[in-house]
Amino acid sequence: MRGARLAILIILLGLAGAGFQAGLVSKAGLGTWVAALLTLAIFSFLYRDNPVYKLAEHIFIGIAAGYFVALEYWNVFLPNLWKPLVAGLEHIEYSPLPHFPNMILLIPFALGILLFTRFFPRVAWLSRWSMAAMIGSYSGLAIIGALQGDLVAQIRANMVPLYSREALTAFGNDGTESLLFGLLELLRNPLIIVGLLTTLIYFFFSREHKGGLGVAAKIGIWFLMISFGASFGYTVMSRVSLLIGRLHFLLSDWLGIVR
Amino acid sequence: MKNEVPVVVAFFTGMLMVVSLFIPHPVVSTPASVVRQWAIIITAFAYVLGVANIARISLHNVKRRQRDWQYKAALVFALATMATIGIALGIESGGVFDWIYLNMYVPMQATMFSLLAFYIASAAYRAFRARSPEATFLLVTAAIVMLGRVPIGEKIWSGFPGLTEWIMEVPNMAAKRGIMIGAALGAISTGLKMILGLERSYLGGD
Amino acid sequence: MAKASAGILFKFSRIDRRYIYLIILICVIVPLVAGVRMEMSVTAPVEGLYEAIDNLKPGSYVWLAADYDPGSMPELYPMNVALVEHLFSRDIKIICGALWPPGPPLAQRVFNELAPKYGKRYGIDYVNLGFKEGREAVMVSIAEDMKATFPRDFFGTPWDSIPMLQAISNLGDVKMIVCVSAGYPGIKEWVQQIATRYRISIGGGVTAVSGPEMYPYIQSGQLVGLLAGMKGAAEYEQMVGKPGLGLSGMVAQSYVHIMVVVFIAFANLVFFLEKRSKR
Repeated sequence: MRGARLAILIILLGLAGAGFQAGLVSKAGLGTWVAALLTLAIFSFLYRDNPVYKLAEHIFIGIAAGYFVALEYWNVFLPNLWKPLVAGLEHIEYSPLPHFPNMILLIPFALGILLFTRFFPRVAWLSRWSMAAMIGSYSGLAIIGALQGDLVAQIRANMVPLYSREALTAFGNDGTESLLFGLLELLRNPLIIVGLLTTLIYFFFSREHKGGLGVAAKIGIWFLMISFGASFGYTVMSRVSLLIGRLHFLLSDWLGIVR
Repeated sequence: MKNEVPVVVAFFTGMLMVVSLFIPHPVVSTPASVVRQWAIIITAFAYVLGVANIARISLHNVKRRQRDWQYKAALVFALATMATIGIALGIESGGVFDWIYLNMYVPMQATMFSLLAFYIASAAYRAFRARSPEATFLLVTAAIVMLGRVPIGEKIWSGFPGLTEWIMEVPNMAAKRGIMIGAALGAISTGLKMILGLERSYLGGD
Repeated sequence: MAKASAGILFKFSRIDRRYIYLIILICVIVPLVAGVRMEMSVTAPVEGLYEAIDNLKPGSYVWLAADYDPGSMPELYPMNVALVEHLFSRDIKIICGALWPPGPPLAQRVFNELAPKYGKRYGIDYVNLGFKEGREAVMVSIAEDMKATFPRDFFGTPWDSIPMLQAISNLGDVKMIVCVSAGYPGIKEWVQQIATRYRISIGGGVTAVSGPEMYPYIQSGQLVGLLAGMKGAAEYEQMVGKPGLGLSGMVAQSYVHIMVVVFIAFANLVFFLEKRSKR
């Protein structure tokens, strides 16, 4: 156990040392150095939880939160609310009565401000109005999305012919490999139909899975297990890619070892 | 006022979204688009509320000198600095804000997620056992997919990519479609409950 | 003898997790430093996306949704690069927008890198409209009135001062939505809200984690094509002929996958031996 810790520490220190060496000759700028050191600070968690990691983690949360605030300000608050609201003021010299075409935006502005009543228990209930407006609209959007995008379209897409003529003619070409794939092609449509039906049976029939229902539900579980296996394989793939990306950054941008 | 108004608001906004799909007439689509613009603005405030909450809790922690308060102080400092720089100096490409984003935000978040590679490998080693036929299905599929999705798998057996694609397109697709249909029905019923005021947990207590 | 070797196997099966970390680390670093590359076959969903983009007429518009963040950058950033390479080389105009706050600077980095190479000018050949809060509400809003939703671009330039946008009023003027998606809100929501309702073709890239759940959309034709994970990016890089991080990462990816399969096989072998010895 100690050996592994030590080895990881040595690799991390080795990378840092190589970086220092290479830094004397490589063209890595200040930004790359900052990024590389922060990367190593986060990686240090692999050794164990430590103050350097904790500090980096908290700085990250702070920067991310600050970043969000600035983006909401420049990309939403100003263009969608503030500028349209004060647009009338620009013409104030032409007319004694300022004309505000987007006065209606005062409503979402007020609802937005009301959200902050959550910090004051006595008036916190006012924030429910704003919450309700958000929850209502997103629920409505979610309903139509699930209805037309998933439910209708997916059921329609599953109406496939039980066998396809192409698969049948392609089947029987010589060679064991093409025999296997020919068979798989032949099974494609039947399995799509059976797979969906049995999965749905497994999900929706809450009474005891016995007899025919039991067999169907069992087959449904097999399909689900295969799909979970596929998801697991893809998840491994995803996580590994993220690691490759970070190590590639260290080895190429920072150390210049990899082109 | 405390309970009725929110239920009415949720009902109208929600129904407007749903009805505008079926009746694409300006009588419905105009107010619907107004409400969507409002949702955009209110959600932005909600985000800022979340950030304000993080700041408030952290500051509280610092003031009381609770455990790890030094880290919370760093958090608040980073938050205030980033927000101030962004709002005061702007967010243009090549500016200070962009620099901090690219050289601090990006590497830290990317590295945090990359740690998961180690955990999933060790989880695969420790917890992945063929205890039942179902678990064996899962395990074998995972192994085939892992080999079929990388170029070296092709070198081992040229059939791996084809087999993997078939698994993805047939049994995986059928099961995922089943899950999708189930989830869609769930989303529709939850959404309707929200809009009709049958589900009011978002109102909180009292 | 057999007992002794079984004992060693059992011992190995309980090694500290940090040894596993170490093996994974080596499996990634060695191939990266060696710099080997491998050709690979291209899967149908990747080909589908490539062809859909290739069939767009030069001068037509696409909506590039940069709905991702640095957390999935090694998978999605190479896709963003390869897709923009392809779009620029086909002279297709890009309107980029993001529903994830961290998206716009990442997309901008891609533009800054590639625009000079293809002689593309900001505001004429491509534009970065930046981030907009509101998830599905934004999707439906731009489908009906893009200017009202994005009155200004990422940098604060008003819509009316951006030449290429003057031909655009809503998503109906866009030929395709190309989404680089890390999760919610992302490609799934684009399909749910836009594909059927407004009949605009959608394709794009996702992290490998969400790859498997996209297959129903491919079979139903709601997605014209899909890149899943770094492998998808690598395949696209290969098709476009611009090798990048995706292709250079594939050998390391191969090594780790084989290692994980070996781990699983070994752990199960020990599991069976243990079960037998207990009987």
